Parts: sequence; structure tokens; C-alpha cells
Amino acid sequence: MSPAVAKLRGILAANRAARWSFAVLCTLYLLALLAPWVAPYAGDDESRGRSWAPPSSIHLRESDGSWHTPFVRSVSFTFDDDAQRVWTEDSSCRYPIVLFRGGHLFGLADALPTPGWSASGGGVAPSGRLYLLGADARGRDLLSRILLGSRVSLTIGVVGVAISTAIALLVGGIAGFAGGWIDGALMRLCEVVMLVPAFYLLMLLRAALPLDWDSRVVYLSIVLILSFLGWAGLARILRGMIRSLRQSDWILASRALGTHPWTILWRHALPQTFGFLAVQATLSIPGYIVAESGLSLLGLGIQDPQTSWGNLLEEAMSIAEIRLHPWSLLPGLFLFAAVLSWNLLGDALRDAFDPRGGAS
Amino acid sequence: MSLLSVRDLRVSFGSPSGPVHAVDGISFRLGEGEVLGLVGESGCGKSATATALCGLLPAGARTSGSISLSGQELTVLPEDAWRRIRGRRVSMVFQDPMSSLNPLMSVGDHLVETLRAHGDLPAREARAEAVQWLRRVGIPDPAARMSSFPHELSGGMRQRVMIALALCPGPDLLLADEPTTALDVTIQAQILDLLARLRDELGMAMLFITHDLGVVERVADRIAVMYAGGIAEEGPAAAVLARPRHPYSRGLLASVPGFHPRAGRLPSIPGSVPSPRDWPSGCRFHPRCPVADGICTTAAPTAADGVACHHPEATA
Repeated sequence: MSPAVAKLRGILAANRAARWSFAVLCTLYLLALLAPWVAPYAGDDESRGRSWAPPSSIHLRESDGSWHTPFVRSVSFTFDDDAQRVWTEDSSCRYPIVLFRGGHLFGLADALPTPGWSASGGGVAPSGRLYLLGADARGRDLLSRILLGSRVSLTIGVVGVAISTAIALLVGGIAGFAGGWIDGALMRLCEVVMLVPAFYLLMLLRAALPLDWDSRVVYLSIVLILSFLGWAGLARILRGMIRSLRQSDWILASRALGTHPWTILWRHALPQTFGFLAVQATLSIPGYIVAESGLSLLGLGIQDPQTSWGNLLEEAMSIAEIRLHPWSLLPGLFLFAAVLSWNLLGDALRDAFDPRGGAS
Repeated sequence: MSLLSVRDLRVSFGSPSGPVHAVDGISFRLGEGEVLGLVGESGCGKSATATALCGLLPAGARTSGSISLSGQELTVLPEDAWRRIRGRRVSMVFQDPMSSLNPLMSVGDHLVETLRAHGDLPAREARAEAVQWLRRVGIPDPAARMSSFPHELSGGMRQRVMIALALCPGPDLLLADEPTTALDVTIQAQILDLLARLRDELGMAMLFITHDLGVVERVADRIAVMYAGGIAEEGPAAAVLARPRHPYSRGLLASVPGFHPRAGRLPSIPGSVPSPRDWPSGCRFHPRCPVADGICTTAAPTAADGVACHHPEATA
């Protein structure tokens, strides 16, 4: 393990883009790990009176001019002549943002009445709600949903790549090593998988599965479907690599020493491809992330109330929606950051493993 | 009974322009603990012979004739049975120690893997035995070298590791395919001494393949000179080197500096080795032979008294 860690450190030290990507990815995955705690609200905690509430304004100054720790106001809306929501802040009290509130990293404290402001109504303070990135149609906190959704979107790539790489190793390894009709049969199988247009197959497979499954089962089925599509190309490349490695002197030498073919394959041939696999896996993770988003965007993936970045973006599908509440595009920003980071990291790995290229 | 008996071995490879007969009917015997030097130029079929002897010819190769090891016929064996022969009974050291070790595995792992592939011994004992083998092949500080990777060793050290690997399963026959060709001259001498010493210690027979007559002189009990897929001359090492009888052997020896010191230009054999796709008629050496006459161009000589020549030099 330690040579791999040393290698990664070397790559990060040499490449600034890789360093930033690595930092971004670490942050995203850490947030995903801690999502239920970092997110201020549960994913299905709705407040229908605040449908499409914009991101909360954070104030430091009360209306009487005094300074305070950051706080927000309660908001409510009325409709204007064009039936558009007009949001007004209720200045009767403030809701300080505090850390470690109610089992979450941060949240809103109880309402504190604004000094010198006489409540208009019966003196009951309306409940406050913190929307750092705005709310969706049912008044759910977008930030919380993005964080909780990142657990699906970020892991699906890693798990999917792990599964498809394992299949590719097995199929490509055996095909390249055995040769003959086994090789032919396995490669034709790869070609069949590759020749079906991927996205249609994805939709077909998803449509073949029940739609009312538990979200964990849906998640698993999406991973499996994506891996099922992803292994074939990699298996073909691995098969070619194994075939050329099979000609190498040390494999001939270990055959001459009577080593078992399986030992030769697993210990002498496949490990030679691991550098390539590391690059390939890193570069194909974004594809899985995007594919999951696409599937969820079409309503074939993770279903509401479960969240993923893809199904959050479903709400930003029409230009009218985007114009009225542009914050619904924010999950796309997270998607963009994750995909770009994985790609940059993959590029850096490829440069580092490429024996011909100079360090860029 | 001799350990290895090869009779009329032929190896041909398919090619788009018809079969290529790399080895064309060679026969020889090798006794227990004996070292046979197989000498010849590039392309004469030495390596194809060795590869056939451990059953590692590529899939397209065709073999005929007989290879018998302690009475067991090897040419008919399926791959699975060959695997149990390799290492345990017939082992091989390759020419290039730079590429014959897995760059991702430590020296110790190589040895442990080979030892455990052949004997059902626990990892700890295998490691202890591996250290013993490294010591035996003259690697200094063997315990520390166990964790070295191939790129951390010199060519000579790597060849020592290869020799330890080839010998640790305890083979009866070691095929050494130009084991010193890729090494410096001083290292060559050390490796040859090591092989000679190990032969004395372990008593395995050795087929030592080389194009270098100076090398074969140091290790071989007997010598077989190969030319164009066949054996030109075979006999005790001292006799062949002192009084070669086949014109090809004579030419080969004459063109080695220092064997028969003389003034003037170093002689060489005119022409070049014929292609296995297109052997000359009759005696395959006749286009380059100084003593060839009519019969040589039409009839292939049969081996008599160890020499395959129509006009052998008389024994002194």
C-alpha cells in the first residue's frame, strides 16, 4: 500500500490541477459521508408554505442598528399580478444561526423578538427556516437534499467502476490468457454488449425492473446496470494487454519453472495492468456519475423523496423553472465539480503512469 | 540408461510461405549429471531445441521424433502433464536476466512462489529455503536481498537469482539457453563457475546452449555442434575442441581469436547461415564448405562416428 500512497503523493506534488481536484473530491466525499449531520434538515422535511423559497438572506444587523451573530428572518410570500411569488421578510424576530443544533452541524436557534418592534399579530413568532441554497417546490432545503443526494451520486461511480473493472479483469484476463475458442467466445460477447446503444439498453434494463422497489434496491440495480454496460470495452483492452504480456520473458520463465497457469495470470500478468487500471477507473468514474444523473433525470433512477443530483436536476428541466428559481440548477454545479475533479485527477494519473510522456 | 534421449527431433513452424524447419532431425543423449554443450550460430535451431525440451514451443509449432526423459516419452504429453515436468524435472535458465524476472515481484517472492508451486511447504519454511538458495548461488547478504526488486539488482545478480529459481525445484536436467550471453565477460566467468559448482553439488545434467566456444570449453563434458537445424559433429569436449573433424567445426574454431594463435587476419567462414525456409540441397554446409565436392551438393551426409560429413578430417 505504501508505494501506492507514495506514488499518489508524488503525483499530487507535481500537478497543481490534480492537487485541487483531490482536495475537492476529498471535501465532497467527506461531506457525503457526514451528510445527515452536516445537512441542516432531513431530506423529506418539507414546509409547503415556503414552496420555492429563495436562498435565505443572512443578516448581521438588526433593524435598530445593533450587530449580532449571523441570523435569518422568517419569510412568507404573496402573489403579484402575474401570479409570481413575492417574498417578504418578517422583521418581528430573528433566528440566529448556531452550530451543533439538534443533532446537526448547524441550524436555527429559537426566535428572538426584535427590540422595539411590536408584533403585528398575536405575538406568536412564526417558525423560521434556513435555506442556504433555497428551497424546492415542497419547501425542502436544497442544500440538505444536495448533500444527501451526493451519497448516491458520488458512490455510484466508485462502486460501478469497481464492479465493471472486476468483471473486465476476469473476462479480459481469461480471454487473453487462454486464447483459442475461449478468447473468441468471450470477445464476441464483449462485442455484443458494446454494439447495443448504451443509453437505450440502460433504459430498457431499467424499464424491465419494477419501479416501486425500495430505493436501496433501485440504487443497487442502477449500479449493476451501469457496470454491465461498462465492462466490455475495458475487458477488450485488458485482453490485448494480457496477450502481449504473455509473450514476456518472465512469463515464459515462470512457465518453464512449472508455475500453475492461474498463478501466472493472477500474480504475473494481471498486476502489470494495475497502473493502467487505476487511470482507466479514475477516468470512467465521471461517466458513471453522469449516467446515473441522466437516468435519474429521466425519472428512471432514484425516485423522489430519495435524492440524487440527477433527480434534483429534474426540477430544472424547463427554462421557465430556471428563470423563476435559478437555484434549482445548483446540483448541477456539484455534479460539474465532481466530474471535473475526477477527470483532472485521472489525467494526472495517466500522465504519471505513461512511460513516454514527460510530467506535465 | 541415459537421462535424456532425443531421437530424430524435428520442429517446424508454420509461416505464410510454407513450413519453416527450425530443427531438422537431431539426435543426442545426455547422461545423469553430464553437461552437453550445444554450439552453433544464430538461427541454427539451438533455442528451438531447448524450447522443445521443456514443451514451451508456441502453439503453431509442429514437433515430431522422440524426447525421452528417464524412459518417459515427453512429446506426447498434454500441457497439464508438461507442467508437472517443468521445474521439477526439467528447468530452464534464459538468456536475458533483465527481462526474465517479474518487475513487480521481489526476489524472495519469486523463489517462494516457485518453491511452493512444487513442494507443499508452509510460507515460513519456503522463505527460509529461499534464503538458503540465494546464499547457495552466491548472493551476498541473502536475507536482505529477499525483499529486493529485480531492478535493484545487477545483471549478474539477476542471473544468479534465475539460476536459483531454476534449480530450487530440484530438476534432473537444466536447460541453460545462452545464460551468459547478456553479461559482461568477468560476470560470465563467475556465472559459469557457479553453474559448474552447482552441477557438482546437485548432480543435475545440463544442456548448455551457446554460440561462444570459449564458454562451452569451461563447462561442457561433451559438445554438439549444430548447423542449419542438424548436428554437424558431436563428441567429447576436449576432442572436438582440440581436433574438430567437421569442416564447419574447424571453421568455427579457427574464427575464434586465441584458440590457435597465428599472425594475420582472423579467418572466418565465408557466406552466411542459410535460411530455414530454404535449406541448401545435399549437405547444408556445402555452399560455404572448403572441401565440398559433387556428392556434397546432392546427398545429405549421415552421421557416422559423431560426424555428419562426407569428408571428415581423419581422427589423429
